[in-house]
Amino acid sequence: MPRRTMIEAIRDAMDVSMARDERVIVYGEDVGFFGGVFRCTQGLQAKYGKSRCFDAPISESGIVGSAIGMAAYGLKPCVEVQFADYVYPAYDQIVSEAARLRYRSNGDFTCPIVVRMPTGGGIFGGQTHSQSPEALFTHVSGLKTVVPSNPHDAKGLLIAAIEDPDPVIFLEPKRLYNGPFDGHHDRPVTPWSKHELGEVADGHYTIPLGKAAIRRPGSAVTVLAYGTMVYVAQAAAEETGIDAEIIDLRTLLPLDLDTIVASVKKTGRCVVVHEATLTSGFGAELVSLVQENCFYNLEAPVARVAGWDTPYPHAQEWEYFPGPARVGRALVETIEA
Amino acid sequence: MADAGMLRFHVPEPEVRPGGTPDFSNVTIPKAGSAPRPEIDVDPRTIRDMAFSIIRVLNRDGEAVGPWAGLLSDAELLEGLRHMMTLRTFDARMQMAQRQGKTSFYMQHLGEEAVSCAFRKALAKGDMNFPTYRQAGLLIADGYPMVTMMNQIYSNEADPLKGRQLPIMYSSKEHGFFSISGNLATQYIQAVGWAMASAISKDSRIAAAWIGDGSTAESDFHAALVFASTYKAPVVLNVVNNQWAISTFQGIARGGSGTFAARGLGFGIPSLRVDGNDYLAVHAVAKWAIERARRNLGPTLVEYVTYRVGAHSSSDDPSAYRPKAESDAWPLGDPVVRLKNHLIHKGVWSDERHAQAEAEILETVIAAQKEAESHGTLHAGGKPSTRDMFEGVYAEMPPHLRRQRQQAGV
Repeated sequence: MPRRTMIEAIRDAMDVSMARDERVIVYGEDVGFFGGVFRCTQGLQAKYGKSRCFDAPISESGIVGSAIGMAAYGLKPCVEVQFADYVYPAYDQIVSEAARLRYRSNGDFTCPIVVRMPTGGGIFGGQTHSQSPEALFTHVSGLKTVVPSNPHDAKGLLIAAIEDPDPVIFLEPKRLYNGPFDGHHDRPVTPWSKHELGEVADGHYTIPLGKAAIRRPGSAVTVLAYGTMVYVAQAAAEETGIDAEIIDLRTLLPLDLDTIVASVKKTGRCVVVHEATLTSGFGAELVSLVQENCFYNLEAPVARVAGWDTPYPHAQEWEYFPGPARVGRALVETIEA
Repeated sequence: MADAGMLRFHVPEPEVRPGGTPDFSNVTIPKAGSAPRPEIDVDPRTIRDMAFSIIRVLNRDGEAVGPWAGLLSDAELLEGLRHMMTLRTFDARMQMAQRQGKTSFYMQHLGEEAVSCAFRKALAKGDMNFPTYRQAGLLIADGYPMVTMMNQIYSNEADPLKGRQLPIMYSSKEHGFFSISGNLATQYIQAVGWAMASAISKDSRIAAAWIGDGSTAESDFHAALVFASTYKAPVVLNVVNNQWAISTFQGIARGGSGTFAARGLGFGIPSLRVDGNDYLAVHAVAKWAIERARRNLGPTLVEYVTYRVGAHSSSDDPSAYRPKAESDAWPLGDPVVRLKNHLIHKGVWSDERHAQAEAEILETVIAAQKEAESHGTLHAGGKPSTRDMFEGVYAEMPPHLRRQRQQAGV
């Protein structure tokens, strides 16, 4: 089976979708001729023409607002916001318009759009190229929020998102674009070509939205993670020797609660990990759901490991980033509690 | 260089406030018929002055004059008059129903009926409007059932939107009327996106974007103009300048640009100003702009100069911020009276027939109201179910919403 980077897998998902359905339109800043600053749309304009893949003005509300109009017309736009940090000018269009169009018009108009954006830190991007704003989207009824962690999933989830009848926020952990990153920034990068989840089948396949994956079966503690933190958690489990069951949520909303509950009921312990800031982060929702559903199975308080509640710093990136040492400490404390 | 002194902060003010004498002497009203009618494929650079003038067809004697006149038959004009009268009567009845507590909120069109009623008649079936909350004439003039509008206003058991949306935030794809958001300006860029999609799909349908004077200050307005200009989208960009954004006079959004139409010039978009209280002028300019869009000539910006005679909404009291008699002093008159006088001048209408039509229309509106009220009003009679509250958030209800619906006991 061919090996692909996450960038190639995402590009392949759009390629496959555009070939299958001429309603699929791809655009964004630098997306057309150049193929995107991360090259996720490289070659799509040459292959499908300028009316299906094109450059947009630097106006995120314009990009998402026009996509909503296109979706109302009957197309299926898959647009790129260059960094998740730049999505806020489009937030009104996403929250007040895309998310509510089906509801407020009682299905007279719908909004099958995908808004792709690179998320997360680990690339010395400072506060404007490192944020993880997923909780701003999971809080909004009417949206679906997806965070893939590897090339295989990225392709299947993106095709599913494009085919979904409702708006999907598709957050791509940029530190995973070229390899599974476990937080050890001082070690050589492992490329996807050397990882089994870098195997990406040709052609069409989907991974359903709302289904988690167990990345490491275990019995001592359940770790709930997504995106880059899946690999950080795996490193932490290895380094502490704790038999953690690591769940890659893949889709935050709809959430695969059944998989979470089954695992926590089995292990009796749970650690929630995300890169985004702690307070009111998606982890708070996860902890709440775990205690509501598994309270009488819990042997220890549910722990959270997250980014500190500061803006994402530049020079202090690795003190900020919740790396394997911090996750490992939380695992140990949860086991010993 | 001489000392410039301290900086001064500038806040524009309207000419007159409550207690003062209304004064529109600063509004220059060109003679009806004086504006040229450019060729459809005119170079926008050669008609820049049209963004600062006003295209008018009906003169003070009720005659239709100049190059923009003569597009509508007597029958079409009589139908237009009936649409405007119907909208006005509909508004009066629904405003009263709101006061009677039959709904929470209402917004009327008083003084602005010509804009949406005439524009609709220039569109073709399949074209799509992205309206604001003051274009219900688009529905009335397209034959959308008044009972259905009222069902929505009352949020009753027959409300097509299942009670989810504020009164008057209609939606009808079939009648080319995009779901009204209630947020301002968001629909403007969506209209451009719809138009881009139509061009991408090699379709022949065009879009119409709608916005008020105040909301042109929103960034989405400017995003829409960039996208429309860049991709030459088949869209008509309508700005309804009714002078007032709730209590804020249009000068606060307009700033130093002279007119709202002039906003289009920097984007290379042909930009026209039209007498919004002149049914014939609105229709003629709309037709010109729509034809440009359909012939791949790109967007046109049209500013309708009109006046919001009524309150902003049922929650607003204009006497707190503008002179009471200001609407009487508005130099462009009343759209219904002006079209009525024109038809009388032509000899196809009379005061008697007008009075008779008024009575017939009132009877029709009351009959529709009775039928709508048989399905319930906001606080009485049939209403959408609690189950409807949970439906339609997604195409397929996700597990967390199913659980919440069960918790709600439905």
